[in-house]
Amino acid sequence: MTTRECDLLVIGGGPAGMAAANAGAALGLKTLLMDEQMQAGGQIYRNINGVSGHLGALLGPDYLHGRELAARLRGSAVETHFGTLVWEVTADREVSAQKNGQSFRLRAKQIIAASGAMERASPVPGWTLPGVMNAGAAQIALKSGASLPAGRVVLAGGGPLLFLVACQLMDAGAEITAIVETSPAANLLRALPHLPTALTAPAYLIKGLSMMRKIRVAGIPWFRQASALSIDGRQQVEAVRFHSRGQDQRIAADVVLLHHGIIPNTQIGRMLRIEHAWNQGQLCWHPILDSWGETSSPGIRIAGDGGGIAGALAAEASGMIAAYGAAYTLGKITEPERDRGTAMMRRLLDRHRRIRPFLDALYQPPEWLLQPSDDVVVCRCEEVTAGRIRKMASQGCTGPNQTKFFSRCGMGPCQGRICGLPVTQILARELRRDPGEVGAYRIRPPLKPIPIGSLAALDSTTTTGDDYGN
Amino acid sequence: MFKRMQSPVAPEQDGFELCVDGTPITAQNGETVALAMLNAGIVPFRHTAVSGQARAPLCLMGVCFDCMVEIDGRLVQSCMVDARPGMRVTLLTGARDIGAAE
Ligand code: FES
Repeated sequence: MTTRECDLLVIGGGPAGMAAANAGAALGLKTLLMDEQMQAGGQIYRNINGVSGHLGALLGPDYLHGRELAARLRGSAVETHFGTLVWEVTADREVSAQKNGQSFRLRAKQIIAASGAMERASPVPGWTLPGVMNAGAAQIALKSGASLPAGRVVLAGGGPLLFLVACQLMDAGAEITAIVETSPAANLLRALPHLPTALTAPAYLIKGLSMMRKIRVAGIPWFRQASALSIDGRQQVEAVRFHSRGQDQRIAADVVLLHHGIIPNTQIGRMLRIEHAWNQGQLCWHPILDSWGETSSPGIRIAGDGGGIAGALAAEASGMIAAYGAAYTLGKITEPERDRGTAMMRRLLDRHRRIRPFLDALYQPPEWLLQPSDDVVVCRCEEVTAGRIRKMASQGCTGPNQTKFFSRCGMGPCQGRICGLPVTQILARELRRDPGEVGAYRIRPPLKPIPIGSLAALDSTTTTGDDYGN
Repeated sequence: MFKRMQSPVAPEQDGFELCVDGTPITAQNGETVALAMLNAGIVPFRHTAVSGQARAPLCLMGVCFDCMVEIDGRLVQSCMVDARPGMRVTLLTGARDIGAAE
């Protein structure tokens, strides 16, 4: 079977992916970009090419910044494949993907995975009820379809995105009945030492303060340092319960939006068995990368939030840096060209990262969220509770991959995307070991379930570029 | 569970129809099947295979799989598929077939 080849394959069409592909093509690399979504933008710039003027204005200049990247991508020589699911990547950089229900293969000399971030799971009692969503999901509904949660909306958790979503939903006309902040009081003390560094790049702090002011001015009930968060309901959400201001609170709600920060989406890297490290500041895994985004697997790079959470502008810079790294490895540019071409990006990257230690400490999720009570479902797919996971630990289970001998934990369709982190953290606590030693789920291809029929073309004759169209 | 924003400038578009368990719902251009169903007030999307719990979308970005439905005979994440006129969506009732590759 002849397999198609390209110089650079970029997986993911968010800020890092678009920037990487744009730079790669500009440097003369034959570049392909694939994304499972139907359009460029990722989640942060979701629907950037289709958004109405009114909604675009509501979402603000940070969102509209994506237009520039998307326009450059359209005008570039990058061959884009949207609606395309990359379901396997091997260490030899052989890639299997599916488009329009058919799978095909190609080989890339260099790969930049820009698979972005996702929201940390918020396993609290009742979080599986219909009507409980991630705060980011409400933002996606707004960006992609000008839609809002209906009825009484309560936002609960912590982090900049929680406030951003609250402000955007307010502007769009949603009825927000309360904001329930779960960040413990101790976070403030932990964050203070990082404030001076954060102040050297103050734009983020100024934005944060103005969002908080907006919420205060709107008079939305705002509970802080809440604990014992749970959600009531029989068939769907009815109310949010928590402890704050010295008493138990219960607030009726139709939709509850949870948010406890974002974490890198590491599925592709895990499938490739590249090296990861546990990040104790952000309480998540991140892949180990060199200064050109290269992983422990030669020729495979990771850019953007998938390499560590730093936000959209940092993602853009890291995407470009990775593309220069790829072009240098392929002999398209010299070392001085590479270094000169990325000097400004490195300064930007450094500036955008300065806020992180402060934010990470300020919005570190509370201990009770990371160690849910025994009755809370942690693996949503297979309905495995925290208690069951603890019992497995006491029965000799030493890591996430062994939970599969004891139960179907992590074996449902989401392949541990949601429960992976909590399972590691619960086991680490039970086993009195570091999460870094306990490890993470091993991921096997396909990255998402694909129908058998999709494989037909792989076994037949030649796959060429024409077979899967554009 | 969701509603469409009232836009002061763009007039409400007509949209198009798709069928969910035999009942027509209206979708707007650019909406995913999941969002069209949320806007139509369809709750839940599915019942789990293990204990029959009711579920609806958590992430709307292809991570959680709680939006799985059958569209024209295929199991898919409804938040990853754009709504198209005439689609036939079937809600999953809980048999252990979710995620199986057909
Ligand atoms: S809502 Fe989470 S995968 Fe569709």
